[in-house]
Amino acid sequence: MEALAGAQLTGAQRDELMDQVKQQIALANAQELLGKMTEKCFKKCVQKPGTSLDSSEQKCVAMCMDRYMDSWNLVSKSYSTRLQKERQRL
Amino acid sequence: MLDVMLSSFSSDSSPSDKDGGGGGDKELQEFLVIEKQRAQFNAQIHEFNEICWDKCVEKPSNKLDSKTETCLSNCVDRFIDVSLLVTQRFTQLLSKNAGGFN
Repeated sequence: MEALAGAQLTGAQRDELMDQVKQQIALANAQELLGKMTEKCFKKCVQKPGTSLDSSEQKCVAMCMDRYMDSWNLVSKSYSTRLQKERQRL
Repeated sequence: MLDVMLSSFSSDSSPSDKDGGGGGDKELQEFLVIEKQRAQFNAQIHEFNEICWDKCVEKPSNKLDSKTETCLSNCVDRFIDVSLLVTQRFTQLLSKNAGGFN
């Protein structure tokens, strides 16, 4: 961060900074997905919390995670398509 | 920390131009603008996915059936429609009431 204030970065420093930014964004994205997935799949799969997570609940959670990813990808595609349409309208 | 960094780049990009005649800073700045947009896009998808998952997905099964897929993509489009409509009408309400608020 101190290097940023000086505003003169070497090429290598800049590359490293860009890498770090990308990594942190990817990490934040993964954490967000993990959190939402946990919440949604808990809601869907654990109706009445018992003394342990039984095998049907575990199967449900695994399936739910896969479907949540499918849904994420589909939503991402729909949103991109819409953004493109809106841009053309301008 | 990242937020602070990103917002400082977007909100005072003009003052920071003064010290950077060098093209290198520009490159970094462009990179950050693009990464910020990408992050905002992703955050938006997380939000839409959460809303539309609740609306469209029943019990998770082996795959998303076509009805659910249609529901999800309609959900995104209709949510954006509502968002645009609300914004538009809210602006109208504001301008209509502008005299009354003063």
